[in-house]
Amino acid sequence: MTDATAEGPRPARAHHGSLLVKDARTKARNAAETRFRLYGAIAVGIAVVALVGLLSSILYNGASAFRQTFITLNVYLDPDVLDKNGNRNVEEISKVSTFGYAPLIEAAFETAFENPEIGIEGVTASDAEDLISKEAAAQLRRYVLANPGEIGQTVEFEFLANGRIDGYYKGRVTMQSAERDSNVSPEQLQLADQLKAAGLLSTHFNWDFLTLADASENRPEAAGLGVAIIGSLYMMLVVLVLSLPIGVATSIYLEEFAPKNWFTDIIEVNIANLAAVPSIVFGILGLAIFINFAGLPQSAPIVGGLVLTLMTLPTIIIATRASLKAVPPSIRDAALGVGASKMQSVFHHVLPLAMPGILTGTIIGLAQALGETAPLLLIGMVAFVRDFPAAPPEGLFDPAAALPVQVYNWTQRADPAFTERASGAIIVLLVFLLFMNAVAILLRRRFERRW
Amino acid sequence: MNVGLIILVVVLIAAVGYVLGRRRAVASSEGDVRRLHSLPGYYGQTVFLFAAVPAFLVMILWLLLQPLYIDATVTGMVDPDQSADYSTRELIMSDVRRIATGLDIAVDLGQVSEADIGSMQAGETDIRQRLADVGVALGSSVDQTVFEAAKSYRNLSHTLSIAMAVVVIALALGGAAFAYGRINSAFRARNVSERAILALLMLCSLVAILTTVGIVLSLTFETIHFFRLYPASDFFLSLTWNPQFRGGSDLGIVPLLWGTLYVSFVALVFAVPVGLLAAVYLSEYASPRVRAFAKPAIEILAGIPTIVYGLFALIVVGPLLRDYFAAPLGIGSSSSSVMTAGLVMGIMLIPFVSSLSDDVINAVPQAMRDGSYGLGATQSETVRQVILPAALPGIVGAVLLAASRAIGETMIVVLGAGAAAKLSLNPFEAMTTITVKIVSQLTGDTEFASPETLVAFALGLSLFVVTLGLNILALYIVRKYREQYE
Repeated sequence: MTDATAEGPRPARAHHGSLLVKDARTKARNAAETRFRLYGAIAVGIAVVALVGLLSSILYNGASAFRQTFITLNVYLDPDVLDKNGNRNVEEISKVSTFGYAPLIEAAFETAFENPEIGIEGVTASDAEDLISKEAAAQLRRYVLANPGEIGQTVEFEFLANGRIDGYYKGRVTMQSAERDSNVSPEQLQLADQLKAAGLLSTHFNWDFLTLADASENRPEAAGLGVAIIGSLYMMLVVLVLSLPIGVATSIYLEEFAPKNWFTDIIEVNIANLAAVPSIVFGILGLAIFINFAGLPQSAPIVGGLVLTLMTLPTIIIATRASLKAVPPSIRDAALGVGASKMQSVFHHVLPLAMPGILTGTIIGLAQALGETAPLLLIGMVAFVRDFPAAPPEGLFDPAAALPVQVYNWTQRADPAFTERASGAIIVLLVFLLFMNAVAILLRRRFERRW
Repeated sequence: MNVGLIILVVVLIAAVGYVLGRRRAVASSEGDVRRLHSLPGYYGQTVFLFAAVPAFLVMILWLLLQPLYIDATVTGMVDPDQSADYSTRELIMSDVRRIATGLDIAVDLGQVSEADIGSMQAGETDIRQRLADVGVALGSSVDQTVFEAAKSYRNLSHTLSIAMAVVVIALALGGAAFAYGRINSAFRARNVSERAILALLMLCSLVAILTTVGIVLSLTFETIHFFRLYPASDFFLSLTWNPQFRGGSDLGIVPLLWGTLYVSFVALVFAVPVGLLAAVYLSEYASPRVRAFAKPAIEILAGIPTIVYGLFALIVVGPLLRDYFAAPLGIGSSSSSVMTAGLVMGIMLIPFVSSLSDDVINAVPQAMRDGSYGLGATQSETVRQVILPAALPGIVGAVLLAASRAIGETMIVVLGAGAAAKLSLNPFEAMTTITVKIVSQLTGDTEFASPETLVAFALGLSLFVVTLGLNILALYIVRKYREQYE
């Protein structure tokens, strides 16, 4: 004990005022308290605003991808062009390429111009044909090959409008921008307005966005998510089939059987580290091992599925171990007490009780895998795939796209119509994720037991 | 005989073995199953496991080793004195493989018969043309040694696949017969099958180790190839990144590393205060209603795939920053910039930092809080002067984990940071990162054995080492800190 303080200067708070009046120091402290609280509230606000901004911008940009502009035309399937010999032989008809069908659409516009309300000076039928997607001729050809009997008749078709015309009705293209655009002229836009007034042009929900395959650079209106959705589905199938049994087996071993030694320590450290390895490194692994070494095909869902399985395993293992741990030891003891072996107690009693937790973890792991992009870029899923993969198991080896990679693909293209498509694809992806997470939450609410 | 069929046959043998084994056990009990050591199902299970497991293990091993063996043999044919360097040999081998697949397709389509192929000579028949007819395009016309190599490649792989089918099915039958023969009422079937299942469980847990080994091996091997073609000192010290298609590239990691660290720094400067304060606010101040709304919102942020953040950077944040900030101030004209990628990555990291900090803050013992309140400290003084210092090691761990996330993040920087490798201090300029370059070098059309492609593996290895180091450091700090309060 020293008396040093007795000699020192007196503390600053010497004067004693009223208890009811706050002194300056208290005021300052209270102000600091309020400020700190405000900082915290601002931080939470930033996070929430960021979430709202993120989701609303994607919704705002992408919602229009589900609606598309269509032009309805009556096309006369001219037998002189399609079937010169007149014998309706499909093989001979199929010799007429898509180019051969373009004049039919031009002719259909000429017929449409007979209506006095339609027609702009300086816009010929062949200019008008540009209002329609380049996909239209192929659509016409497919129809004719499927129904050769209709040659010679006039059939009503609903064609996709060109991306620029579609953009005009979604506010992406204006009269001013059309003047500077070599792909569309203001006159064509006026013609489109006339078609709309005549009821030949309409904008409505577009199922094709979900079912069609990707389309090339200059026909954004025909690009769809069909192949990507199937590819993602196949990959999820592979991930589920591989990662659930392997993950559960690993967790059971580590949680119920493994002795505590250096070997199990290594496994534990490995799992913890794999959970933190950047996803792109898994892509490099997939490229080096599965494609270059094992010789599996590029851009196949099987390779994507394998890579995603390795990425998902730590998530599933961590979730499974947590839910195995949550089963009280009394269950195990009771099973052992009535004569079950250790293995029987685990497989007959502990595992069924832990199942809801395991499934929840698996679904969340799958949801993570569904949104993963970077590793898939490296194993060739960026390739332009137009053909639908076959049914599994052979289809697992066919080239396919994946939802998140399709988004990346579309962002790399010049036409702004693809930005809208990319946002639309994200909406589809988020709907899938929302659905999976909802199922996981439901499972947890419905089945999880608290002991 | 393809792999699917073999699997089916083995499963079938095992299933039949199950039924027979069970039946034999019941028969050997002379009508009273209580005389058996185990339940009858276990006898069947033993036969099933003995039939299926060794057969499948051998099959997997065979499938892994067969291409290695064939490659080694055929390479010996093409290049007996090992004179060609690695990349030319790889090129020849890929030609050999293409010709072999082409011949397979031609046979499948019925264009040539096996006998035709045996007598075909590269000089006489135009093989390139014939393969192009079945949809296999070759870069150049085929010379005789390569064609002979392709023929023996085909023969070898055919023979080996037939051998595999025979061996695997024989093994399945043998295993089933062996297990079946051992069945009598005293056979301890449950113990045997449980031990086998335990071994299977253990085998599954090896997948984690195998994955790590696979990552490390594939990265190191290709990196060594890269360093044979391109000096390591240039890679680590050169200040320029300028890959060329025709060789003579400058492949220095420094500008990429700079971009990576810069973007991560911006992200952390944004995410750490926001995440930390949000965690403090939600755990100390927020009313239950606010918490019930804000906590899930932040968690949702964590569940959103990174491609969504990337698109957000590309179509919203980038143009916004350029039009309202960088361009008016005259400090940048590109919508993809370090700032764009950093901010969006910061948003992505908020939930990560806040949930980790939340754990750490909750781990501080209540007694320390109570002591501080008892001395008359306000809530914010308690947080700033007692809780945060006590939680500091854990928070540092959380920040390090977040940094490792930021460094390894790919899609946000691919879409938001740009592709130009630059050493610049201006955050409104486009810069590029390690992950961006891994993607661009491996998705391009360059040939696989060139240094321009192989550099991706060296970049990947650097990335792996850095993130692994950060993670280990973070876990070490967190663990050390936890011990203090337990």
